[in-house]
Amino acid sequence: MCLGVPMQVVSIEGTDAVAEIDGVRREASLMLLDEEVVIGDYVIVHAGFAISKLDEAEALETLAMMREMFDPEDMA
Amino acid sequence: MKYQDEYRDRELVQGLAARLRDLASGYHGTMTFMEVCGTHTMAIYQYGLRGLLPPQVRLISGPGCPVCVTPNSYLDKAIACCRIPGLIVATFGDMLRVPGTTSSLMAERAKGADVRIVYSPLDAVKLAAANPGQKVVFLGVGFETTAPTIAGSILAARQLGLKNFFVLASHKTMPVPMAALASDPELAIDGFICPAHVSTIIGADAYQPLAHDFHRPCVITGFEPADVMQGVAMLAAQVVAAESRVEIQYRRAVKPEGNPRARAILAEVFVPCDAEWRGLGLIPGSGLAIREEFAPFDAERMLALEPENSREPAGCRCGDVLKGKISPFDCPLFASACTPEAPVGACMVSTEGTCAAAYKYGR
Ligand code: SF4
Repeated sequence: MCLGVPMQVVSIEGTDAVAEIDGVRREASLMLLDEEVVIGDYVIVHAGFAISKLDEAEALETLAMMREMFDPEDMA
Repeated sequence: MKYQDEYRDRELVQGLAARLRDLASGYHGTMTFMEVCGTHTMAIYQYGLRGLLPPQVRLISGPGCPVCVTPNSYLDKAIACCRIPGLIVATFGDMLRVPGTTSSLMAERAKGADVRIVYSPLDAVKLAAANPGQKVVFLGVGFETTAPTIAGSILAARQLGLKNFFVLASHKTMPVPMAALASDPELAIDGFICPAHVSTIIGADAYQPLAHDFHRPCVITGFEPADVMQGVAMLAAQVVAAESRVEIQYRRAVKPEGNPRARAILAEVFVPCDAEWRGLGLIPGSGLAIREEFAPFDAERMLALEPENSREPAGCRCGDVLKGKISPFDCPLFASACTPEAPVGACMVSTEGTCAAAYKYGR
């Protein structure tokens, strides 16, 4: 029930968006979001509402930090 | 920008596990971290993450599944709704098979009750608009992730002028029971893997009292295996350094202040109340009740419900499982009398339940 899924916004009409992941489309109300959302953005969709916008720069930075935490060379 | 593959990369997960082993190597004793989100419970079992942990680190599951912590008294009220002629009960799918004291929504449906599964509470609003001659009751269960969506649907119903849409609300809030669990000496929790999507709404700041007053490190962690491993490593680093701070591992979705709009909508419709948790009992200030102004949408106020006297199922150890006191394998009914096909307790029904996760992946 608590499942939130990152999905890409494919259309927006007022506060009603449609978002898609792996070919599955869902309605996603934007009524709970302050941030502006445009087509192509990724949002977390939970129970028909977008509850958070995913920040691409942060996603990349987290991955970089993870890779920094260990050196793959040591793993051999 | 999904990055799902990157965050599931085996080498990355194993590298983070090696880092965690390093961190923990000089530590004497065990550090126990509790996750309080069903999706974390699932991820930890599904990706076999316990197998990658050093002996000093132990993960236990807490009350993270909203269906599981909903007591029988609520289910019995929902079942009483089913028995009102002409009424439509709309619910998320995972409530359907949860046993109440003597029945379930599924059993009531088989007997002719009009129970419909919806994906969004807005679908229940649409159902009410399309069936003006019938009452529609939506079963409002869930934590701070779900509660704003229910609040939003009540606002939508008001805007449409609907008089036949009601919510049977039993929402619960997260940081409050974590404080109760942190104070339980039997559990000896050293830190919390804080829920990812609850935190998109309430923000990291909501955990400050746990870190400051209860001295428990808190790390808001994402759901992919690399997220969980990094989150656990961040917790271990705090324990080793004898610190307790709130940190965000899941930075791509969670901000310190959370989602202000969702919080405002939540506060407009709901007010904090005491709430009964399966296993944990009554916890003051841990629930959300519909505000007086929205009474016309409150099923409890508007419908004369006559639930049966509620009892918890005999022999089920859900309460201890939800507190992290035992693992599902310690329950004598696990996988014998209690299976996903014939569940005795709620923890075996919901896909996010600890017993269901242990049954599916852990044996
Ligand atoms: S295995 Fe079944 S009976 Fe035992 S605690 Fe879990 S849900 Fe309850």
